[in-house]
Amino acid sequence: MNIGIIDYGMGNLFSVAEAIKRLGCDYFIAGDSTTLAQADALILPGVGAFPDAMHKLKASKLDMFIAQQTKPVLGICLGMQLLFEFSEEVQPTSGLGVINGQITKFDASALRVPHIGWSELTWHKPYVESTTDFVYFVHSFYATQTNEADIVASAQYGDVQVPAVVQYANFTGMQFHPEKSGELGKQLLKRWLKDVAK
Amino acid sequence: MVTKRIIPCLDVKDGRVVKGIQFEGLRDAGDPVALAKYYDEQGADELVFLDISASHEGRATMVDVVRETAKALAIPFTVGGGIRTVEDIERILRAGADKVSVNTAALDNPSLLTEGAKKFGAQCIVIAIDAKYSEEDQTWMVYTHGGRNKTTWAVVDWAKEATRLGAGEILLTSMNRDGEKSGFDLAVTRAVREAVTVPVIASGGAGSAEDFYQVLTGDVQADAALAASIFHYKETSVAEVKSYLRNKGVDIR
Repeated sequence: MNIGIIDYGMGNLFSVAEAIKRLGCDYFIAGDSTTLAQADALILPGVGAFPDAMHKLKASKLDMFIAQQTKPVLGICLGMQLLFEFSEEVQPTSGLGVINGQITKFDASALRVPHIGWSELTWHKPYVESTTDFVYFVHSFYATQTNEADIVASAQYGDVQVPAVVQYANFTGMQFHPEKSGELGKQLLKRWLKDVAK
Repeated sequence: MVTKRIIPCLDVKDGRVVKGIQFEGLRDAGDPVALAKYYDEQGADELVFLDISASHEGRATMVDVVRETAKALAIPFTVGGGIRTVEDIERILRAGADKVSVNTAALDNPSLLTEGAKKFGAQCIVIAIDAKYSEEDQTWMVYTHGGRNKTTWAVVDWAKEATRLGAGEILLTSMNRDGEKSGFDLAVTRAVREAVTVPVIASGGAGSAEDFYQVLTGDVQADAALAASIFHYKETSVAEVKSYLRNKGVDIR
């Protein structure tokens, strides 16, 4: 099993790669579709702003490549947000559109923004067994107008229900950082890799 | 709900943890990765590495520390000290840190906050503010160089300006309380937290678990609290502080 980590110039690939390695899985990092096509599954990481990220994916023609995947794809943090249809970050921008919903900013008049720290997941579907339900979030935007059926787990931040793990067809998204989320983060990545192995 | 965070801070010089820490079962008390692992096991919610190297070589070593920590552990951490340019920020983040904290460099060049936030997102840019009460100004002023030099910024004004420019979190250190172990400076923490909408990490003055309770609850409500020496010298532990807070009904992981 070989995991392709998509390098499009946005963010912390190293920590994601090391987390995959700690689970005993092979990976490679690449930024072109020819190389990435060799992978059994893909991880789309990302830290930064949505429009920049889409711009970079388009520039390297990775947008269509990812959207047309039939292999498992895991989007992490900004990488998850990119899987949705649209984001209002900085300027209205279309996303990859493989999961229904759009990306909206937290209301800073009601909440501390960014949402930084450990929040507890509420499971909408059975997914993993773990002794803890806490994962580490760092984000200012979140998914709205999602299909309830696509939500695997959510976290409550103030009055907002934040979609935390989403899944539609072969696409999975995690809004938090599993690679920084201790035990549960490890279990979640393990679970995703188990699906890849199928 | 997001839980209150307890954050140990490690001072690193030339790739080694300083302040002479001795833990049982730890062969090398100066190894940053071994200490990070120790704190992770204790339940630390995040770590801060403060690079106090004076030389370029020392700072270059910090990148290795970051990389080795990210290799070994699934814990979020922030790196501060010596970060002056967007390239410095990029180097540290690419090596596996989650956030960088900037202090003097942002005062000298406020656009660093804007450029950093634009490129990497506000959530990974922490503004570190050293606050000290000035009798002359009748308020807390921003100080640099370990509290020796007073700037023209009032703490609350700089906190607002820095977050407007792009900082996504504030690491607020009370220079009056730092090393005193008499409790966090509740008044300045409250004032800053009321003035901004980003999370605020209180630092300086932790002497007991009760001190953490005071700064994280009531009308202060800091989002996180940071301490160095009381954890290093085992006057209390992260696990003890967290269990104390949990028993008092504070939301803790």
